[in-house]
Amino acid sequence: MDSGNIAWLLTSASLVLLMTPGLAFFYGGMSRGKSVLNMMMMSFGAIAVGAVAWALVGNSISVGDSIGGLFGDPSTDFLLSSSFVSGDGESLIATGFGATFAIITVALISGSVADRMKFSAWMVFAFLWVILVYSPVSHWVWGGGILAEGGGIFTADWFPQDFAGGTVVHINAGVAGLVMALLLGVRKGFGKEPMRPHNLPFVMLGAALLWFGWFGFNAGSAFAADDAAAAAWVNTTTATAAAILGWLLVEKLRDGKATSLGAASGVVAGLVAITPAAVAVDPWGALLIGVFAGVLSSLAVGLKYKFGYDDSLDVVGVHLVAGLWGTVAIGLFGTTTFGAWDGVFTGGDLGGLWAQIVAAGVTIAYSAVATLIIGLVLKFTIGLRVSEEVEVSGIDLAEHGETAYEEAK
Amino acid sequence: MKLVTAIIQPHRTDEVRAALEAAGVKGVTISEAAGYGRQKGHTEVYRGAEYTVDLVPKARIEVLVDDADAVTVTEAIVAAAQTGKIGDGKVWTVPVEDVARVRTGEHGTDAL
Repeated sequence: MDSGNIAWLLTSASLVLLMTPGLAFFYGGMSRGKSVLNMMMMSFGAIAVGAVAWALVGNSISVGDSIGGLFGDPSTDFLLSSSFVSGDGESLIATGFGATFAIITVALISGSVADRMKFSAWMVFAFLWVILVYSPVSHWVWGGGILAEGGGIFTADWFPQDFAGGTVVHINAGVAGLVMALLLGVRKGFGKEPMRPHNLPFVMLGAALLWFGWFGFNAGSAFAADDAAAAAWVNTTTATAAAILGWLLVEKLRDGKATSLGAASGVVAGLVAITPAAVAVDPWGALLIGVFAGVLSSLAVGLKYKFGYDDSLDVVGVHLVAGLWGTVAIGLFGTTTFGAWDGVFTGGDLGGLWAQIVAAGVTIAYSAVATLIIGLVLKFTIGLRVSEEVEVSGIDLAEHGETAYEEAK
Repeated sequence: MKLVTAIIQPHRTDEVRAALEAAGVKGVTISEAAGYGRQKGHTEVYRGAEYTVDLVPKARIEVLVDDADAVTVTEAIVAAAQTGKIGDGKVWTVPVEDVARVRTGEHGTDAL
């Protein structure tokens, strides 16, 4: 046991857990006043079912004895039995760290289903998704599975790098968000009526909490209080700051004004994009990843109106797009100071870029199919969507028996 | 008796209240209102999506006055609320049949 490492991992896991209530504020502020409680409850609900699912079998599927590189044996560490009796603090808190990742990942999806998903359906969905989608993909990348170094389909020289979850967390959640938005259908009035954010200070508070928690997410993913953790912290902040600038620049040029929602969204886009690359690039790479994350996501959030899918709070535009960008960008700007190989523009060849694209593609394909199956099963059993009457009058009152404000609209 | 109602820019409320006090008005009712006139609404942009907000916030001031004071009060409000820009608002007067003071039961001008 290294007390320095344990101290940092305990801190990191706590920081990452804080991200989900932070997300509740980020999403809650963006939703309408009549559905803010439901929006925040989806995050709190994700904590509840996510931590239980992880303790039961999620951790074991993620890091248990690998079955063909596809998933860990659920019985290896059922209910954390072997982790707990091992008495090894470092591996034990690592399971807790993993739980907080599973929780925030499934909570991210809730942004695409705002205002219209039954709470019971959400809770069952979140439980199943953590076990059947998050945990296996986590195994592929971080548990020695098919997308890991030396774990499967890649060579010893070229294998995917995903430091803190570009594929496992953001591409995964982004694709799942798209699938759920398509399954649920658009909200009444989507694209016609204004559905503006009801509380922008909440959004900024949420973005701030997410950023703070993200230090645990990225720097904690070094699994030690070491040099790589420091590199991840520095790159995380550099990229995120640059992403704010990128997003605001697009707004200033396109709409004439730099908005607070744009700044908060830029924060998240930058954090998402640097997540896989936190130690794989140098600060120059972080700067480029950040600024383009802000630009790309600020343009991508308009796609839902063009294609007609109601990804209400832009899980696709922010998490899928910035997650893809950050994942692929390692293939462009990767360096070996803390990373595994050089990128195309930094002295390497196309091998790394190819590995990143394959990892992203495999994640997209699996997340889409597995999420679709879970969603369809729920749709034809307990049902996914509330009635139109409930949607119009407000999901808070109908699903939770509460309203956030005296007059919510 | 007359009821003078004014819809004005919210940021002129204090000036109008002071002007009414100077004109000898004893009581007013002020409420928040929303609407539009020639000023129209405005456009807000959230993540690139434009929303037209039709209603702009206004203050609504209501004063009950004796017939003889209606013009003075109207002019006092106009003078105090005026900025010269579109959206300054309107003031109108309507006749009032009766007024009762709840505390005493007085009616008519005694109740003003």
